[in-house]
Amino acid sequence: MTEFEPKIIAFVCNWCTYAGADLTGTSRIKYAQNVKIIRFPCTGRIDFMLLLKSFGEGADGIIVSGCHPNDCHYTSGNFHARRRWIMFRGLLDMLGIDVRRIQYSWVSAAEGSKWADIVNSTVNTIRELGPYTEYEKVAGYLEKEANQ
Amino acid sequence: MSKIGVFICHCGENISATVDVARVAEAAGQIEGVAFSTDYKYMCSDPGQTMIKQAIKEKGLTGVVVGSCSPRMHEPTFRKACQEAGLNPFMCEMANLREHCSWVHDKSEATTQKAIDLVRTLVEKVKLNKPLYSIKVPVTKTALVIGGGIAGIQASLDIANAGHQVILVERDPSIGGHMSQLSETFPTLDCSQCILTPRMVEVAQHPNIKLMTYAELEKLEGSIGSFKATIRKKAKSIDEDLCNGCGTCTTKCPTKKIPSEFNTGLGMRTAIYVPFPQAVPNKPVIDKENCSYYQKGKCKVCEKVCPTGAIRFDQEDELVELEVGAVVIATGFDIMQPSGFPEYGYGKYKDVITGLQFERLASASGPTLGEIRRPSDGKIPEKIVFVACAGSRDPAKGIPYCSKICCMYTAKHAMLYQHKVHHGKSYIFYMDIRAAGKNYEEFVRRAIVEDEVNYIRGRVSKIYEENGKLIVKGVDTLSSAKPVEIEADMVVLASAAVANPGAEALAQKMHVSYDSYNFFSEAHPKLKPVETNTAGIFLAGACQAPKDIPETVSQASGAASKVIILFSKDELSRDPLIAVVNRSPAPVFSTCVGCFMCASACPYQAIGEELITNRQGKVIKKVAKVNPGLCQGCGTCVAFCRSKSIDIQGYSNEQMCAEVIALLNHE
Repeated sequence: MTEFEPKIIAFVCNWCTYAGADLTGTSRIKYAQNVKIIRFPCTGRIDFMLLLKSFGEGADGIIVSGCHPNDCHYTSGNFHARRRWIMFRGLLDMLGIDVRRIQYSWVSAAEGSKWADIVNSTVNTIRELGPYTEYEKVAGYLEKEANQ
Repeated sequence: MSKIGVFICHCGENISATVDVARVAEAAGQIEGVAFSTDYKYMCSDPGQTMIKQAIKEKGLTGVVVGSCSPRMHEPTFRKACQEAGLNPFMCEMANLREHCSWVHDKSEATTQKAIDLVRTLVEKVKLNKPLYSIKVPVTKTALVIGGGIAGIQASLDIANAGHQVILVERDPSIGGHMSQLSETFPTLDCSQCILTPRMVEVAQHPNIKLMTYAELEKLEGSIGSFKATIRKKAKSIDEDLCNGCGTCTTKCPTKKIPSEFNTGLGMRTAIYVPFPQAVPNKPVIDKENCSYYQKGKCKVCEKVCPTGAIRFDQEDELVELEVGAVVIATGFDIMQPSGFPEYGYGKYKDVITGLQFERLASASGPTLGEIRRPSDGKIPEKIVFVACAGSRDPAKGIPYCSKICCMYTAKHAMLYQHKVHHGKSYIFYMDIRAAGKNYEEFVRRAIVEDEVNYIRGRVSKIYEENGKLIVKGVDTLSSAKPVEIEADMVVLASAAVANPGAEALAQKMHVSYDSYNFFSEAHPKLKPVETNTAGIFLAGACQAPKDIPETVSQASGAASKVIILFSKDELSRDPLIAVVNRSPAPVFSTCVGCFMCASACPYQAIGEELITNRQGKVIKKVAKVNPGLCQGCGTCVAFCRSKSIDIQGYSNEQMCAEVIALLNHE
């Protein structure tokens, strides 16, 4: 059996973390291939339903990352995201999602190496947690229910 | 039906070395809706762009995905190419195959697969892109320059001479900055004040420059072309119109023992003071912290002696709102206080001073009128030791970078000392001599050969006092790592250049990025050295990184020319990536339910109300409406909206969802 390769999706803001990840590239710091980035204008833009959608579509882990507090390009978008995350985090347990599957962090445009560290540590965490299958189980159950 | 064109760039070998580009192009060709797919060595080159343009015309493409470098690098390039071929520029997206893929992964199947995934994601996004049209905003042709050092002065003069209005804001009572504190400047040894003060006067007299000293930026709102700046004019406690700068108050003020900031604590000033004789404006301010009247409620000597009755004890800070089109940050640097180095004894021994203090000692306008006299007893030092890299290039002290100016100014200091104290002996402990600049190496050579300055390659381990002498213990690593001990009369530490203490707070007010040392970040390290990541805000001088005067002046002129380019147009076009509230046919009109959660979340107060009326003029519904002039496109409102009625163009719910699905579903 081949080793489990987690599918991890990263929701990042355009101004800090996207630029930070660009810097990781410019600095040629290597990291795991498992993480793929989707660019948002701001972490404040990230509708957390998209996180659930991602798990539904087969993601094993998620990274959300934006500007450090006070550094938001749009003044306060990251504060809204942080507040949303605090609320959302409390609901994950109820949804049957291990909170460790979501990595919430701040990476500035100058923190290229921090981005690589976050990617690698998240990949390791998710590797240990194994594939996320709870959603599929529920989906299968619902489908069965619907067919009866 | 979409007809998407996919263009995969090799970026020379930057992408193709680790990603199988041909296979990416092939895989992209299989995606539903992709009408054309190819790869090429340099997509951004002229032939590359022509290839895209031709494909758009010949295949009738409705969207383009370029798989190449970061969109932060070339998005404008490719969007412009699409526009030239008649495709709406916002129908072009970039998949970041270089910074986010080929540069960070080794060559492998997984790397190529990731590249394919990234391309597919953007293809799915671009299918849902809608043609958008730039928003026109008028340009306010007034520039705000923050910081009145040589960088701010140069930028202000350049912009003003181009015929535009400039508002120069300076925190201290006078402009001039660190350059006004310097004695002579390398590599020509011309007097710093002699070359600077005419510029200062020019600023004060320029009809296009409005000078605001003793003032700080409080708030900055808006965006390129139309910023709104709030400036706090700190109370100077004098009426500037009445004051004629006679100086009677400063001579009569009884509080005379305040260490002068200008003289780096080596001289004293009064509570009502002009920082230095050549100050611009040459009008005093009252330092409330040290004034007897403000602290104890009595004195008012200045008020009694002022011939024009200009003293205003009841003056309060004033907030001024200004409309500006561009901002130049020129807040400069600071010298690290070397008190974090107990081994050097700074702060413990009076005769261990910083380089900036030595500048004041050597300056003709300084506390010793240009004679090199040590602070403890005023004696002329016979032996003087300079310690280069006191803080710089020392990761253990948190400053791994080179402060750049110290090698040169230390050579200059030793030279000035030798010129003034002919029989004196000077020693420089150094790590490396970095004298890269026009005539710099020759200058250091001159110090060594003509002025017989003793350069010792090695670091100082300890400085302590013994019998009135400072014993400097170090090592000479060039002559077989011998320990060296010098009995010196004075020690000058070339302490590191660090960011201004207020830099971080200022960056946060202006929403520009800064690095881990609190220096402001340029938009691109090579190609956009004076721009910040925030459009319309530019950088000049040592606020970006330690710099010497010639570099600072060139960068300031560079920033000024960027402002002038910006001001050469009457209006700007801005990306239309802003929020919109949906509209639908009657009787729904909009799914917006008018809860206005979006309005409370908006950082820009860009969301207002709109009343929807029927034919009889009766109000049916109240919905949110985005003001396109104010919206910056952060999208916070979109995530907030309960009924998903507000969406952001270019990052719509539909698009983001399509990206998520595309990214996670392969095979």
